[in-house]
Amino acid sequence: MHGRQHHNIQLNEEGGLRHFLTIDGLGRDLLTRILDTAESFATLPGRPVKKVPALRGRIITNLFFENSTRTRTTFELAAKRLSADVLNFNVSTSATSKGETLLDTLRNIEAMHCEMFVVRHNESGAAHFIARHAAPGVSVINAGDGRHAHPTQAMLDMFTIRKHKGDFTPLRVAIVGDILHSRVARSQILALNTLGVTEVRVVGPRTLIPTDARALGVHVYHDLDEGLREVDVVIMLRLQKERMAGALLPSEEEYFRLYGLTNERLEAAKPDAIVMHPGPMNRSVEMDSEVADGPRSVILQQVSYGIAVRMAIMSMCMQTFEADGRPA
Amino acid sequence: MTELRTFMQHDAIVDLIGGMCHVIKKRLHERHIHDPAVIGIHTGGGWIAGHVHANLGCKDPLGLLDISFYRDDFTRIGVNPQVRPSRIEFEVEGRDIVLVDDVIQSGRTIRAAMNEIFDFGRPASITLVCLIERGGRQLPIQPDVAGLRPPLRTDEHIRLNGPEPLSLEISRSRQPRGT
Repeated sequence: MHGRQHHNIQLNEEGGLRHFLTIDGLGRDLLTRILDTAESFATLPGRPVKKVPALRGRIITNLFFENSTRTRTTFELAAKRLSADVLNFNVSTSATSKGETLLDTLRNIEAMHCEMFVVRHNESGAAHFIARHAAPGVSVINAGDGRHAHPTQAMLDMFTIRKHKGDFTPLRVAIVGDILHSRVARSQILALNTLGVTEVRVVGPRTLIPTDARALGVHVYHDLDEGLREVDVVIMLRLQKERMAGALLPSEEEYFRLYGLTNERLEAAKPDAIVMHPGPMNRSVEMDSEVADGPRSVILQQVSYGIAVRMAIMSMCMQTFEADGRPA
Repeated sequence: MTELRTFMQHDAIVDLIGGMCHVIKKRLHERHIHDPAVIGIHTGGGWIAGHVHANLGCKDPLGLLDISFYRDDFTRIGVNPQVRPSRIEFEVEGRDIVLVDDVIQSGRTIRAAMNEIFDFGRPASITLVCLIERGGRQLPIQPDVAGLRPPLRTDEHIRLNGPEPLSLEISRSRQPRGT
């Protein structure tokens, strides 16, 4: 799913966003534009009326083949703050016989004049597949596909980092945990490198770091204390408990002892380092509550900023509608 | 192909704003408004509003509106790449607002701006101030105070450059559009 054509499918002829499927193939200018646009939306919660009329009369469908209440809710709130109307489709994957049924679902929703799909699926490439088969003028946003990508999560993380650190270029960022199965990590690494940080580190047990990790442009650490040394940003990933059964990990206790973040271990990082987590968080597995609820944690800000960033991406994709020649 | 000519330069524009402030104060006085708050429309309106704000001696910080997401043609023209957050750091509810823009033509920008202001609260009144008032209104919106009404042809475009120095520039297409 990494061919050139899949990168370009995201952009319109003017280089603007048409779909938002992966960070791969998007340039620094475009990522910066997304962050800049999100700044405008980040101020909305301070107003009595927390929405703008930009997408009034438009229909956006959350097409979730994989459960995620929080991600779906922030997308729904983002769409509503843009004044769009929202449909929520939770499609049971077990009932889907791949391909054909997916397209049938798509055609049915298109027939309801939906103009944007927000897609979450447990198979890599699902959002690309829908984007390739969607009617002209219909935009697709990837809300997480298999192990492949979760680009809006990565962008809200970048927004949170920029809010706290300003410039990306001097930063060292450590991503800790299950890199192997994490679509979030993959998208974060692409975004951080595109935005030009000094160093991206991945920290975790050998069994949870992809063998080709260095090809992603990261430094690999298996020791947490070393991996955290002098970093500006610590991103903890969720440990997917189902991995325990697969013999990739000994036990939660053992994992916490080796890779769990505590205030003591955080001392290796810079004094002003921030701690992030994409959620949902397993307390006392990935990190101690004293860190999660401590002064350096920006975890809840990530959730708030997530709405602003998703608004930015949705509004930027929607702008290309009529330029694509879609009949009004 | 476009022709460009400078219509007015910094000092003359600042003098003009000074004169407008005189009229604004008179209007506000007539309406028994003693504590107005000033809001400018990004970008040119914000520059003019800065001068008006200083001249009126307002206590509250200058408000700035970016109306990109309130435009009635948003889905056609999309997100302005230079969009920036609107910033109003005072309570709009019950306030007397002086709304400032550089050029009023169709009236659509002002409609969008008023819609956005109401999302911050319900103001007691809005007084509209424009540096340049030109023809071409498409909505029933008129400025309370206008600096100049230059005679412009329909194919002529006037724009404010700034903020330091301010200058007004008129451009004209050499080949007028067919319509």
